[in-house]
Amino acid sequence: MSVKSALLALLEQGPMYGYQLRAEFEQRTGATWPLNVGQVYTTLTRLERDGLVESTGADDEETSGQPASHGSIYRVTPAGRDEVAAWFSTPVARTQPPRDELAIKLAIAVTVPGVDVGRVIQQQRSATMAALQDYTRLKRGGRAAAPEDRATELQGRSDMAWSLVLDSLVFAAEAEIRWLDHCEARLRRAAAHHPSASASASASEGPAQPTETRKARR
Amino acid sequence: MNAVLRLESVTRVHGEGATEVVALRQVSFVARPGELVAIMGPSGSGKSTLLTLAGGLDQPTAGTVSVEGVDLAGVGAKGRARMRRTSIGYVFQDFNLIPALTAAENVALPRELDGERSRAARRVARAALEEVGIGELADRFPDEMSGGQQQRVAIARAIVGERRLILADEPTGALDTETGEDILALLRARCDAGAAGVMVTHEARHAAWADRVVFLRDGVVVDESGADPADVLLESRLG
Repeated sequence: MSVKSALLALLEQGPMYGYQLRAEFEQRTGATWPLNVGQVYTTLTRLERDGLVESTGADDEETSGQPASHGSIYRVTPAGRDEVAAWFSTPVARTQPPRDELAIKLAIAVTVPGVDVGRVIQQQRSATMAALQDYTRLKRGGRAAAPEDRATELQGRSDMAWSLVLDSLVFAAEAEIRWLDHCEARLRRAAAHHPSASASASASEGPAQPTETRKARR
Repeated sequence: MNAVLRLESVTRVHGEGATEVVALRQVSFVARPGELVAIMGPSGSGKSTLLTLAGGLDQPTAGTVSVEGVDLAGVGAKGRARMRRTSIGYVFQDFNLIPALTAAENVALPRELDGERSRAARRVARAALEEVGIGELADRFPDEMSGGQQQRVAIARAIVGERRLILADEPTGALDTETGEDILALLRARCDAGAAGVMVTHEARHAAWADRVVFLRDGVVVDESGADPADVLLESRLG
């Protein structure tokens, strides 16, 4: 699992408290996948159970009277290091495509009579475009912009990490819009080929009948 | 705020009778100062027609197009040509620079055609080239420059003389990704400084630089995005 592996990989850089781990994770991913403290500790507990990390009570290390609420310090074990190495050397599996709600929704929409598929596509495209505009705004300003110019190498690296995560969101949104355009074009072509079939499909109910209006315009 | 560009119920029909094609149908559209608007849509949706009408390169069959409050139909062909030299900047996919002229001469041309003295026009042209980051290339000819540099010259030509409406037709189409982003940043900066920009593009990633994205299909505006507060959308998207 990615969070488990990611936290383990961060611990390989040196022992950390749970709250530090969470901060380091978010520093690199820009809170794109927010982790709550509970998740971090649950994950650490599992990692400890599996022998991939070990913990030391805070009291042993803290001499400055830091609050005990910091909890334990976690460090990676040799087995944990092997796990990290395996994670980096194994591609992320694509055999099981992640469940894509939009693809499922469209697949159902084109088969259920009375659904205005054109409208579904349009609304989704607007929403995805709005998200793409937001990612672009985040990329333009703030710490994701020109991470190459950072003062310290460490700062530059984590800003670069966040900038690359944003790029991933940008490309995914762009791909989704392209796919929606493609669906729209194919459905329209199909409607032109089989006007009677699509007319009967969309004439069943509902006020919106995109295939009808399109035909009328031609 | 007053619109820099305003289209009111604009219809454009090409041909008549059996061969009649409606390129735009009753489109109303506004671009305000400080705003970059992207127009998207499949080919044949009317997006290029919209841009040529906005630039006064073509006339609507019905409806009005006005730039800074001036109805383009009311000023005649000469008046429209004059507005293209003084109020409206046009950026094309293939740059449209004159190969025999240097960068500075290309940028100065609209000013000189407008009657400005050559030296004054060149001075303003150099300032515009500085603004787009290629002041040092002022004396180069187009074929001595990269595509990105040529497009910068074209943008300098489009903004010279403080023109407040910039129309861009696939301005990044001939450029690689990184150079394209630089050009978008430049257009964006110009709009942030108070111009109104309208950009036709088929790339969602580039349209995302705009404040508003207008989708056209079959000559009709079918959708607009970008009016909602950014953070709310982002949260709902990522949550």
